[in-house]
Amino acid sequence: MSEVRNPVEPFLRMDRMPHIWCPGCGIGTTVNCFTRALIESKVDLDHVTIVSGIGCTGRVAGYVKLDSFHTTHGRAIPFATGLKLANPKLNVIVYSGDGDLSAIGGNHLIHAARRNIDLKIVCVNNLIYAMTGGQTAPTTPNDAVTSTAPYGSYEPAFNLPHLVEAAGAVYVARWTTYHVRQLARSMQEAFAKKGFSFIEVLSPCPTLYQRRNKLGDGLETMKYYKEKSKVRNGAPTSEVGLTMQGEIIVGKFVDRDRPDYRELMRHRLAETLGDRYVECEELVCS
Amino acid sequence: MHADPRGVLTGVHFLDGDHACCEGALTAGARFASGYPITPSTEVVERFAARVPTLGGIFIQMEDELAASIALQGAVWGGAKAFTVTSGPGFSLMMEHIGYAAMTETPCVFVNVQRGGPSTGLPTLPAQADMMQARWGSHGDYGIIALCPNSPQECFDLTIQAFNFAEQFRVPVMLMMDEVVGHMTEKVVIPPAEQIEIFPRRHTSKPPADYLPYETNGDMVPEMAHAGEGYKFHITGLTHDERGYPVMTVPAQDKLVRRLQQKIERAADEIALYEEEKVDDAEVVVVSYGITSRVAQRAIELARAQGRRVGKFRLITAWPFPEHRIRQLAQRTKAFVVPELNLGQMVREVERLAGGLSRVLPVSHAGGGVHRPEDILQAILEAAS
Amino acid sequence: MRGKWGIMAKGAVKIVVERCKACGFCVEFCPTKVLALSSAFNSKGYHPPHVVATEKCSGCDLCGMYCPDFAIFGYRQPQPQATPNKETADAR
Repeated sequence: MSEVRNPVEPFLRMDRMPHIWCPGCGIGTTVNCFTRALIESKVDLDHVTIVSGIGCTGRVAGYVKLDSFHTTHGRAIPFATGLKLANPKLNVIVYSGDGDLSAIGGNHLIHAARRNIDLKIVCVNNLIYAMTGGQTAPTTPNDAVTSTAPYGSYEPAFNLPHLVEAAGAVYVARWTTYHVRQLARSMQEAFAKKGFSFIEVLSPCPTLYQRRNKLGDGLETMKYYKEKSKVRNGAPTSEVGLTMQGEIIVGKFVDRDRPDYRELMRHRLAETLGDRYVECEELVCS
Repeated sequence: MHADPRGVLTGVHFLDGDHACCEGALTAGARFASGYPITPSTEVVERFAARVPTLGGIFIQMEDELAASIALQGAVWGGAKAFTVTSGPGFSLMMEHIGYAAMTETPCVFVNVQRGGPSTGLPTLPAQADMMQARWGSHGDYGIIALCPNSPQECFDLTIQAFNFAEQFRVPVMLMMDEVVGHMTEKVVIPPAEQIEIFPRRHTSKPPADYLPYETNGDMVPEMAHAGEGYKFHITGLTHDERGYPVMTVPAQDKLVRRLQQKIERAADEIALYEEEKVDDAEVVVVSYGITSRVAQRAIELARAQGRRVGKFRLITAWPFPEHRIRQLAQRTKAFVVPELNLGQMVREVERLAGGLSRVLPVSHAGGGVHRPEDILQAILEAAS
Repeated sequence: MRGKWGIMAKGAVKIVVERCKACGFCVEFCPTKVLALSSAFNSKGYHPPHVVATEKCSGCDLCGMYCPDFAIFGYRQPQPQATPNKETADAR
């Protein structure tokens, strides 16, 4: 029979394989879901751009065969903001980790949500800084041991869906790497949604989080996700905070409409400037 | 190519340096700016925010300078010409993204209306103490270009020049204004658009299949593609090869970092703009830039009135430094006098290039005001003796 | 590809042995338990999966969705007895 190909391969820079991710890491799994969502969405891939920050998840941009930008630590969202404003035809996806997006990039996260910039954020949350060796992140649950919290973490952690909903996101969902079909569907929904969309994906970091906390390997973590996840679409985000090895509320929490930044800008400037307002679809210089 | 006439306010105007800088940016084709308020630079983007919606462009006020300095680079890769404007504390926050622009070869302009530092320093008063930061502020080795206007007219002219150099060399260009030049109001002549040369983006003409984002030709500057054009390219701040892929090896680092520096250094004679007057038979040459050059002018006139042969050398480009010319002058002049609104920054370059052949006298000033012409005069007289 | 009882399996998997890091996701989450980790090693020292129940594969590609190393995927086999559907065959 004719040669069949892994459906993910046309979306990857195969000349860069194998990737750097550890055995049992879930980032590659999220990439599978991302590519399935792209296939299902039937979007024009020439107009899909992916922007990453720094960290393990930040490497996704380098592996995906799209226009792709591996930016500075925490700054994927403001870079993506400039890109999207300059060319509104682009479908701009920000693909990065929890530390990158919510610690060093936390200010940008809330402000982009507030402005309702039309960006799709995929936040792979492994509860730790993985690339640098397993340090405490704003998402690290209480009691978890990290390389910088050797006696256990005592800082309260961010509940990311609650944070971005409060800041103004129009679409908020959480899944784990166990929920591959739901995650792919969520990504597809986010691609079609106008405005600031945020998908949190819990993912194992067996090398640094699970191992140091004696929680087994990647597979053990996937089994934990399967056992302890509860799908509650529409759950109030104030109730979806994570605890160490506790129940994980997953689902689509927020799906609402409000005008995005460009629409607000267009409306205000057209109203006040009248005929003097010159709207430009693309800021292409010669 | 010529400037797009829609952005050009041809005519004779009475503008301060900040506003003239904004007109320069619009004339150069900038249709995107991301900024964060900071004295004494904010007037540039305030004017831009008022003007650009009538020209099909966008201004966005970001949440901090880190955001402002990377949003503009996103806009550049989306196809725009873009810039940001700041002053000392904001410039410090932008350093990481000056490095990102240098590494990814993103053509863009950073305007710094300098004020007294360090830290919050003197928000409303001038200094020229960010000159070394402009050159070396981000970590690692790289080349940049920095220009120093000394009048509102030059704020207009050199902003256009900054965009042109940015596009020609695919490098971040710093426009190093100072508070006095930024807030001083003078006549500014804006010529007709067809008299203004604009360097177009080095957009590749290759089809996607043949395109490598960092392949270079003879002049060491690669061609660009924009997101959304089907090239499916990769851009990273990591050390990368011609494909744009990360490569963590000594040869890759050596090849890339040397090119980033050499693409500017080898063109230094073309980029290093300066103005000189009566330097050929001068016993003393005064080297200055920005607002200080106008105070120095008075000191030079006073010295000449006393019969001294004093030459004037004004840096228009601070970086790359006009090394060849200063070396030549060092062969025949007795001394250089270098006044600047800092405790001795550009004077180090003059000392290095004078190489002991001629004396070098700094005239330092901690900032907050300008020199007294007499202090510069005294240094000239001491140098001539 | 005929199974134990001569029934045509609905699907099949393809495995790129050298890309596998033996996380075991595909084996654990295969809904019809088609796979097991092999006792053989690949060149990096991992035990890649192999097919232990060919006839059970539905070609659902859940293994492909899970595999973080892009080392396995499932696909549906053309069914000779069914009316050939050119569109889906080409889509592969």
